[in-house]
Amino acid sequence: MIGRIEFDIAHALSASVLLLSFALLYQRRVSGVIEAFALQAVAVAAAAAWQAFTQDAPHLYITALIALLFKAMVIPIALSRIVRKLGMHKTIETVLGVNLALLAGVGLVALSILLVFPATSVAAVLTRENLALALSIVLLGLLMMITRRNAVTQVIGFMSLENGLVLAAVGVKGMPLVVEMSIAFSVLIAFLVFGMFIFRIRERFDTLDLQYLEAFRGDHQSERS
Amino acid sequence: MTQIVAILIIPLVAALVLAALPWHRFAAWLNALASFSTFLAASSLLYARPEATILLFIDDFNVYLVVLTTFVAFTTSWFSASYIEHEVEIKRLTPASLRFYHAMYQVLTFAMLLALVANNIGLMWVGVEAATLTTVVMVGLYRTRESLEAAWKYFILGSVGIALALFGTMLVYLAAQSVMGEGVEALAWTGLQARAASFDPALLNLAFVFLLVGYGTKVGLAPLHAWLPDAHAEGPTPISAVLSGLLLNVALYALLRYKMILAGNEGAITPGPLMLAMGTSSLLLAGLMLYRRRDIKRMFAYSSIEHMGIIAFTFGIGGPLANFAGLLHMALHSLTKSAIFFAVGHISQVKGSQKLADMGGLTTSHPALGWGFVLGVLSIAGLPPMGLFMSEFLVVTSAMARQPWLAVPLVAGLALAFGALVLRLQQVAFGAPRGQSAPISASLVPLYLHLGMVFVAGLWLPRPLVVWFQNVASLLGG
Amino acid sequence: MTGAIVAIVLQLAQLGLVLVLAPAATGLVRLVKARLLGRRGPPLVQPYRDLAKLLRKEAVMADNASWVYRVTPYIVFALLWLAAALVPTFTTRLPFSPAADLIALVALLGSARFLQALAGMDVGTSFGGIGSSREMMIATLAEPAVLMVIFTISLFIHSTSIPSIAEFVLGSEVGIRVSFLLALISLTMVAIAETGRIPIDNPATHLELTMVHEAMVLEYSGRHLALIEAAGMLRLLFYLSLIAGIFVPWGLAESGAGPAIAIGVAAYVAKTVGGSILLGVFEVSIAKMRVFRVAEFLGGALLLGLLGAIFLYVSTGT
Repeated sequence: MIGRIEFDIAHALSASVLLLSFALLYQRRVSGVIEAFALQAVAVAAAAAWQAFTQDAPHLYITALIALLFKAMVIPIALSRIVRKLGMHKTIETVLGVNLALLAGVGLVALSILLVFPATSVAAVLTRENLALALSIVLLGLLMMITRRNAVTQVIGFMSLENGLVLAAVGVKGMPLVVEMSIAFSVLIAFLVFGMFIFRIRERFDTLDLQYLEAFRGDHQSERS
Repeated sequence: MTQIVAILIIPLVAALVLAALPWHRFAAWLNALASFSTFLAASSLLYARPEATILLFIDDFNVYLVVLTTFVAFTTSWFSASYIEHEVEIKRLTPASLRFYHAMYQVLTFAMLLALVANNIGLMWVGVEAATLTTVVMVGLYRTRESLEAAWKYFILGSVGIALALFGTMLVYLAAQSVMGEGVEALAWTGLQARAASFDPALLNLAFVFLLVGYGTKVGLAPLHAWLPDAHAEGPTPISAVLSGLLLNVALYALLRYKMILAGNEGAITPGPLMLAMGTSSLLLAGLMLYRRRDIKRMFAYSSIEHMGIIAFTFGIGGPLANFAGLLHMALHSLTKSAIFFAVGHISQVKGSQKLADMGGLTTSHPALGWGFVLGVLSIAGLPPMGLFMSEFLVVTSAMARQPWLAVPLVAGLALAFGALVLRLQQVAFGAPRGQSAPISASLVPLYLHLGMVFVAGLWLPRPLVVWFQNVASLLGG
Repeated sequence: MTGAIVAIVLQLAQLGLVLVLAPAATGLVRLVKARLLGRRGPPLVQPYRDLAKLLRKEAVMADNASWVYRVTPYIVFALLWLAAALVPTFTTRLPFSPAADLIALVALLGSARFLQALAGMDVGTSFGGIGSSREMMIATLAEPAVLMVIFTISLFIHSTSIPSIAEFVLGSEVGIRVSFLLALISLTMVAIAETGRIPIDNPATHLELTMVHEAMVLEYSGRHLALIEAAGMLRLLFYLSLIAGIFVPWGLAESGAGPAIAIGVAAYVAKTVGGSILLGVFEVSIAKMRVFRVAEFLGGALLLGLLGAIFLYVSTGT
């Protein structure tokens, strides 16, 4: 059984990741979002490293290192360059106001606690609470992808969602393939960022809105013509 | 073991070779050849089934999907060779992008086969992710604004689905871990299925919700289908055929595997109602949407959503008969829909457009192609004596037997889709020829091969196939 | 008997201590900011000199000023002095300790704010009105957040009295609690808004578009202004010692013994210095936000408090 202080530190680290998810929702400027994301990646790296230490699982250090180097440094720098080079708007278009989004976020946290707790009564306490936190982060990432319509913020929303997954994976004791998984995800993210840069995906696509695309595609226009 | 390794290695090696080959015409046929060898290797699985290992395995369920996947991958590569030839002529594709295309085609085959033969829920997830990534780049192959947009949308939604599926995968591991101990064993299908009864049901329930939403996005079940029509419409047509015919099946396979685990556990919820709800909504939504389509590929993409809805509905009803019908429908839909996309690919090349308004009278101007298309559409609409009629008939009867009131939306959805398809078919295939009419040098063998198989399946099913289906159907539970 | 005398002496000492320390804390924040911006900055005693100078000057009042305007500085100063003296600074054993209840303190500050807003509008100049309305807007947003934090803490500790909260934190092995962390951040955000610091308000500005607190007290002069300024300084010290008392109570004397008291005072001074430096650094590193963002800022504080309450059920640790 792990000790008191181990528990507290693991818990505080996960909670700071969650807190930074809220910070992502709170930001109105693209640069602020990128900074908050870099901080979140650092927090995830710290959490992973701490789990590696307490579980005595050295392979988790690799996960921590990937988070630190790739997500806290390379990606934020690349994204800032993209924002500059493609001349994107510095402010974020919000579908939902900041306060409403935050409120929805708190609701999602409550929801994930309600979902996870009854289901995991057999699991260890830390695993269980970690899972609840991780699920909240995942849902907040989804919320961010839905409510912030901008290619950069959508990518960041996805990455923060993935941070939640990493947190869940390192928290489950003895989970195999964690490292492989974080590498797979890094590849995916690299694809995303790379794709944005190459294809100059700039402003909103209303990516999650089917109607827009169809109208655009001439599917509806040809009805009139 | 070597057989399984072979079906994974051949596509990988082929991908490397194709990435290096500059001659696109030769590459197209080499692509087909590689796919054919993979198909041969897969067919050998029918006669000698290897032992399961900790990472890879073959059982009654995935063997037929592996053979089907390699077969359709082969016929599609055949179709692709003549399709791509034309695309190069009209300069829609450059030889450089073709090199990429052929290599990616093999990587996609590899990823799908990996997902199918993986005896590890993590490895399977990696396979599905890799398949998503490769199809994303293929959808964006034409580099037009629309295709990039479709690829981006597919990417974002697919990634979200994949991420949620991973969360579900972790929850399943968590449930297994307390029973089976830590380590890779707790991720193996064979182990999970054997010990499913002792898992914590609450955890399994939660996991299944995430898996359903996650892999359900990839299956294209409403309301998570938004990526599907765009990805189908904007990519090269061979990719549309593979997407509809194979990738959707792979995602569905993943979902059904988890359903088996839930079926093996007393305390867990029956996933039936969830799948019924999603299936019915996909079916009805797609049925309605079919009427408003103006783009031929987009229309058949909606038809895929409709059929995935039917399949989810069928497995949702549960019971040996419905499960049997569902497995059969998966196979036949895969054959028919890829055949239709073969025809659609050539039709849009003939007409130089994907708009339905530019098409007409195909049976007069291009009889072989036109009648192939007619047969395909009639088959997908579920007319006898084609195979899909039989599977749909089984679905309806089992729905009647188990929950009669559920047969109402099912039949309504089928009728809706039938109406839309026949309406469009009339416009495209009959009457006076309309639009451009370029001559084609298309190989129609894959198209008629698929249709022939679907026709035969409507009349007679080989005995071993029936036995497998029955075995799997009993595992899938109520 | 001697116990009672000691207690009274200690209470008086606390009253004196906060009064003496308040200008120094404000001075330190200004000094840190100036140094970080590359200026030499005023010496630490400058706020004392300012206050002394203002006290000597004549108080000029508008002709139409009513009695509300005249009594406000005295009452506001008294309320804040009382509030600052109630929070345990160096010991938890004071005769007034039972009154050091979070809800009572919020009420004290609320009344002071109300009076000040009233006085701001009393003379009828436009700046006073603008200042008052903005101040009240911030107050209406900040108050729920404070109450949320109090709610979270009292759910956890089953008390709203600061000395018992401090003793609880000191006594038990609370460890690092997520709810506590959230409550701390939330309370800090509220404190920044309430004391009129950057990014909500700029205490050094007299630019009419941005000032809030300064606009409200623009008409005051002489000893009235001195009292108002002193009250502002006390408010800053109040929040510093409130946050220190709840979240970092280590060093607080739990008995009336001499050495413990000495340690308590030293720890308190150290915490105040540390808090002031942090505040100075924070203010330099951030830009003032537009007024409509204030609602989002304080809404965020409220939601963090709410999150803290939710997390009480998570971080049970058992």
